Order: sequence, then structure tokens, then C-alpha cells
Amino acid sequence: MYNSLSTRRSFIKKMAQLSAMTAAASMFPGILFASEQEEGIPNGANLDWKKGPCRFCGVGCGILVGTEQGKAVAVKGDPNSSVNKGLLCVKGYHQTMCIQSKDRLTHALVKKNGKYVQTPINEALDIVANKMKETIAAHGKDSVAMYTSGQSTIPEGYVASKLMKGAIGTNNLDCNARLCMASAVAGFLTTFGADEPMGCYEDIDHADYFITWGNNMAEMHPVLFSRMLEQKTRRGAKIIDFATRTSRSSTASNKSILFEPQTDLAVANAICYEIINNGWINKSFVEKHCNFSKGLTNIGYGTEDKFKFKDKPEKIDFAAYKEFLEDYTPEKVAQYSKVSVKDIKYLASIYGDPNKKVVSYWCMGMNQHTRGTWMNNLVYNIHLLTGKISQPGNGPFSLTGQPSACGTAREVGTFTHKLPKGVVMNPKHRELAAKIWKVPVERIPAKPTYHATEMFRAIDRGDIKFIWTQVTNPLVSLPKTSRYRPGMEKESCFVVVSDVFPTPTSDVADVILPASWHIEKSGLYGNSERRTQHWDKMVEGPGETTPDAWMTIEVAKRMGYGDLFPYSEENHVEEIYNEYRQFHEGAKHGMAPLEVLKKESGAIWPYVNGKSTQWRFNAKYDPACAEGKDFDFYGKPDGKAVIWQRPYEPAAESPDNEYPFWLNTGRVIEHWHTGSMTRRIPVLHKAMPEAYVEFHPEDAKALGIRNGENIRVTSRRGSCVLPASINERGLPTKGQVFVPFFDENMMINDVTLDAFCPISKEPDYKKCAVKVEKA
Amino acid sequence: MPIKSYLAHPHDGKKQHLINALSEIKECEVMPATNQDVLVVVTDTLDDASEDLLQVKIEKIDSLKLLAMVSGFNSPKI
Repeated sequence: MYNSLSTRRSFIKKMAQLSAMTAAASMFPGILFASEQEEGIPNGANLDWKKGPCRFCGVGCGILVGTEQGKAVAVKGDPNSSVNKGLLCVKGYHQTMCIQSKDRLTHALVKKNGKYVQTPINEALDIVANKMKETIAAHGKDSVAMYTSGQSTIPEGYVASKLMKGAIGTNNLDCNARLCMASAVAGFLTTFGADEPMGCYEDIDHADYFITWGNNMAEMHPVLFSRMLEQKTRRGAKIIDFATRTSRSSTASNKSILFEPQTDLAVANAICYEIINNGWINKSFVEKHCNFSKGLTNIGYGTEDKFKFKDKPEKIDFAAYKEFLEDYTPEKVAQYSKVSVKDIKYLASIYGDPNKKVVSYWCMGMNQHTRGTWMNNLVYNIHLLTGKISQPGNGPFSLTGQPSACGTAREVGTFTHKLPKGVVMNPKHRELAAKIWKVPVERIPAKPTYHATEMFRAIDRGDIKFIWTQVTNPLVSLPKTSRYRPGMEKESCFVVVSDVFPTPTSDVADVILPASWHIEKSGLYGNSERRTQHWDKMVEGPGETTPDAWMTIEVAKRMGYGDLFPYSEENHVEEIYNEYRQFHEGAKHGMAPLEVLKKESGAIWPYVNGKSTQWRFNAKYDPACAEGKDFDFYGKPDGKAVIWQRPYEPAAESPDNEYPFWLNTGRVIEHWHTGSMTRRIPVLHKAMPEAYVEFHPEDAKALGIRNGENIRVTSRRGSCVLPASINERGLPTKGQVFVPFFDENMMINDVTLDAFCPISKEPDYKKCAVKVEKA
Repeated sequence: MPIKSYLAHPHDGKKQHLINALSEIKECEVMPATNQDVLVVVTDTLDDASEDLLQVKIEKIDSLKLLAMVSGFNSPKI
């Protein structure tokens, strides 16, 4: 193999083009280049265009993949998709380029005498099934676990849940969406009794204000951000960025307000104080549709193994809530949040103006938070107090990071406590699952076991002796990998990793299973706006690559559960989806039939009488609302949402004399999460080849640090060396450093802390204490 | 054999004119932004002198407000 000069020249031209696009993106956040999608289409090509959702983020853009002679040769945005209307971001355009990576996993690999040996897939699946059976026989069913993904398709998640909970009878199933969306789920369930946003992306076309809470949408959800910018230009809609770091989103917004890490809790309460104090409360809405509650306080951080917490909700009245808010006057909160009184009042006035429509957006900043559930509750409080919810252009909207965090992790339920409908703790939900799965109800355990962090602690302790990971790379994405990598390397646990490419996680596997990539299999994803999208297999995968769902089914059959998995290899996606749909029948969560999803660019559930429901809980749009009610929060038995009294509490670890900086971690536009796909796409890799540590210029000056100089970032858990970045991509506040986590050669998660929200069990990747020194 | 990329900013309302003008120059590849008034231009010339001449030619286009170079690469002759 060699690269000809003409190929090299084309590549250089592509690099030059990408450099200019990246520069343009720093000047115009949210900028899009639709003609990019025509690049790479061979002249005179007769392409067969097939529709599907994008492989990457939770926005769920529709894509069209052009195939020729069995190969994917081009990607463009689907003009029929109401999500992206033909637009795509830089990752979206280039997504299929990773398939041909030279180090693609094409065959099963089994570790024998310390070396990986290529093994026929059927033999590898025999080994997996036998090892799982032997482990259960020797140590009990709770000694085996599966750890899946918000990137698993709906059928993949469904069969994983059915195998673990319905066939084996263990709740040892969790997924990486625990690391990104669990606080949103817990927030929705505690406030509304029903998961997922009530609104949809069409809110963007109606809102007067977009308030982004700790959310860099210009890089993480660029297509949605471009839709917001369009409204800013066309209608004068305003974007207010509320964050701990100045990002591309901040510079494109009308106003950027910076706050001290963790004090978003206090500022949200101060906004509620102002709304009530100024008489901006929507009294009739609150009286008709809301209750007030408080929960336990000083709830801990989960840093110790086997940490347990159960909240004790207690109803309160409006007067008690109002009295609680006296601690959160703008004047008091300004003292520790570093947000001015004026800015707090400004934010409150936006929400409080009855003539302005407001959408709040958030993603990891609020969710990856040791009080993530509380933060979600508090933003709902603001919208409930003002009645700005479940209407076009008015509502709180939690965005997802992964393409099927909603569709698979949350709706199918690949968390330890979840079932495809409801939770394992609820006998009625177990009965429904047992009926559809055709298993004895007693087989489904009533108690959740391990959430993600505790699952990997259990591996380290030797309690879990077999784990199978699918579509995820936990040894880069978990917090405190400095503990969990050695834990996974221990002989006490047999590790099976299904993936498309080698990763630091597959490096510790006993068996590596070669998974089909996105378009090499059929599937369904569910995006942030409750939209379910289907795609058909578009190209053949190389070697013995196999869809994860089919590998799970094959293992289940080998373990003796064949009667529960009667699916055919050709049509298993369709057969599984049709079985799964039974769980959600009815007006509150009905899923669109597969025939509709095959024809259209997705449908939003509840799908009732042939129609998507765009705004839930509002009788004008949602047929599930009870007769005679204008709003009905039907997830709660009395139809009322809960306004929660949730205080400010400090972070699990704050800067001190020894570790004087906050460490904040996150993502960059060029790379998808741990970079296992995008670092194999040459133009994206070249555009952002390595991670870095961002400094505030004054901190860098005080420490004598120059741009590009190698810096060691150290916490109580571990350290990582990265080049300094000053005044480049982003600007952290003074006393804070920021590091993206995509680079497996610069493992910042060796440094992070595995503290989590005690309610959602989602870790906080945004706050821990570090010191920095020249390496 | 230089390959360079630029951001070309048109005068108000002249984006299409600038796209058309640049597209007529054989050494230029043009990629207009979909939602902003800016164009990515990649030039591919034989040598530095040709590149300088090309720049002068581009600068003369009426609808161009500003041309900002972003990157430059040199590739061996094919």
C-alpha cells in the first residue's frame, strides 16, 4: 500500500479546506457548509441513496448515504428530515470514512497464552456463552454483567435486557448513558413522573429566548445551534449562555454569563426567588397543575463503595417554599456564584416576562453534577412557576449526547433499575415484562443491583466475574479510570468486548467480538425529541463482523434460552421492534409502526392515531391528557408536576491549597466522545490531533506557562500530561482548567473523581480539584 | 506547488456574485457556507508566483469585501 502524490495532494486540499471551515466555525459558531456533502461523490456516479439517522450525537439528524457497488461513498443531510432539514455538521459529513480504517476489527479475537488469536465467530460465541454459564453456575447469576450503550440500537438494547433480566434473571445491566443522561431521567421522573422532554425541536422556531445552561451547543449540537442562530438573525430571538467556560457558544450568544462551578443550584433558586418576589408567578397554572415537595439534604457524593441513598420526599406548601427561597436572594447568591445581582435579575426577568417565550437547553453541564437531579428539578421549577412549559417555544429541554440515549437506554431501559416499561421495583411492570417475554415473573428480580460506577467497582472488588461490554469504551469514558483499568485487568473477571475498532477497553478483553458498524446492519435509534428513526442495512461489513443484537441472541441460544429468542437472522430487527412496541401501547407512549418509520424520517412518540405528539401534557396537542384539563402531567397519579425545594450544596471536591484549580472536562466538535471512530477519520484527526489543557491567560501568566508547553495535571487520583492551550478553543474562568476527554493517549479520566449524584448515580466530570505544573 | 485556503467575505447582498466570480477561476475551489455570508476558498497553483498573481486576481473581484488566508501547504510536483 502507498499513497500516490495525487492522493496526497487531494488530502492536502481537503486539509486546507477543513482548516478554513474550522476557522470559519470559530468566527461563526453554528456555521454549516451544505455543499460539503457533495464532496467526494464520484463524477457520474449512479448512487443509491438510503436514509437513516446520523451515527453520532443525540440530535438525530437525518442522513442520506450514497452507496455504489456495495460501498458507502458519500453522506449528505436528509432534506426531508425535520430535525436538520438537509444540514449536517463536520462529523456527520465524514462519518462513514471510519469504516475502512486499517485496524478495523473484522474477526473475533480470543486471548490465548497472553496473545490474541483470530477465532471463528461461532467458536468465540461458544466461549462467551460457556464462560457466562460456568460463571453463573460457580458464583450465582449476579456474578455476570452486561454494560451497553446509548449508541446501542433499540433492538440491541432490548435483547440485552431480555437476556439479563428475563432469561438469566439478574439486574446486572447498565449502560454508558448513566454517565450522561441519568440525572435528566431522575429529574423528569421526580418532577413529572414521566421521562423525556415534553417539547420538540420545533420549539426553536417559536421561542424568543434560548437560555443554555452549562451547554456548549455550538460544538456539541451544532445543527440545533445553527437553527437557533437562524432565528436570532431572522426574528431577533436571543441566546443567553450561562456557563463556567467561555466557548464558541458564548461568543455567538447575545449574552454570556459565567458562574462559579456548582453554584448553578443557587442561581436557579435565586431566579425562582425573583419570579415570586416580583409577582411574575403564573398563579393559576401553579395552583391547578403543581405540588410542592422537599427531599433529604446533605445527601453525600457516592465516593465510597456500596454507597446507598434513598430520598424521602415530603409535601410542603407554597409558604414553606417561599420561606426556603429567602436564602437565595440575588444579593446573597451573587456573593458566592460570581454572577452579578444584575445578571441574576436579568435572567429572572426573561423567564418572568409573560409575553416572552423561553426554552431552556442543557446537556452535560447540568447532568454530570453531584446534584444533577436537583439541577434538573430546579430548571423545571422555573418553567412551572411561570407556566412556560409544554407549549410551542416554551419549555425545558434536556438534550442527549448519544444517538439513542433516549430510544435505547431510557425507553428500552438498559439501566439496572429499568424494564422496557417502568422499573423492576414495580410488580405490575415486572408482570408486563414477564408476560411479553414469556418468562415466570419471579425470574425478574425486584431490586436494582449495580449502576455504572458501582458495576466497575464491583469488578475491581472481584464481585463481578464476567462482563460483556457493547458499543462503549468505559476505560476511556469512566471517571477515575486510574482505579477501573487495573480493576478490569484483574484475572478475577472475564472480559468480553464487542466493538468496531480496538480501544483501551478491548485491550483488557479476554474475547473481542467484531461488531457491525451503524450502516452495516439495520436498526432504530431514538433522539432527544422522542423521535424514533429506522434504517435498513446499507452495506456489508467486512470479515465476520456481526450486529450486536445478533451476537446477543446467539449467546442466549447457546445458553439454552433459544425459546425466548425465536428471531430470524434476516428479520430480527423488525421482529424485535414489533415485540418491543407492545410494552408502550397506548396514548401515553405509543410507538409508530415500523412501516411508518421505514417510509418517514422518523416519528415522535406518543404516536397516536397516525400522528406524532409534539408537545406532551398539553391537551391542545396531547391526546393522552384527561378530558376537561388544559394541562395534565399524567406521569403523576394526581396529574400535577412537582416544584422541588432543593438547596445549594457544595461540590464533592473543591480547590484547596494543595490542589488549587477546578478541573472541567468535556468534548470538542471534531471528535465523538472517546474518539474511537473520529480519530480514525483522517480529516477530523488532523484537525484536532490531540487533547490539551486550557488555561485562563492570567493563570498561565502567573504560572509562567506558554502555549503548547507540556503541563502535568494532577489530582488525588492520578495525573495526565497535556500541552497548554491559552486563548485558543475556549476560555475557562480564572482558577479553572478544561481538558477534552477524546484522546486515549492523554487519559484525563485518570484524574477525574468518581463522585456522583446520589439520586441519579451519574458521575460529575465537571468538578474536581487539581494542581498543574510544567512537565 | 502551493495549496492555500482562505475565508472570503462578500459585500452585503453580493454572496452569489462572489461565488460565481470565484467559480470561474480554474485554480479556485469554492465552498459557500449555507447559513452565513462567508465562503471557503481553496487555491491550487503551480508555484508561489502563480499564487501571488491569483491573489491579485481574486482581490480585484468587486463583490469581495475581505480575503483572509487560513492555511498554506506546499506539495511536491506530481
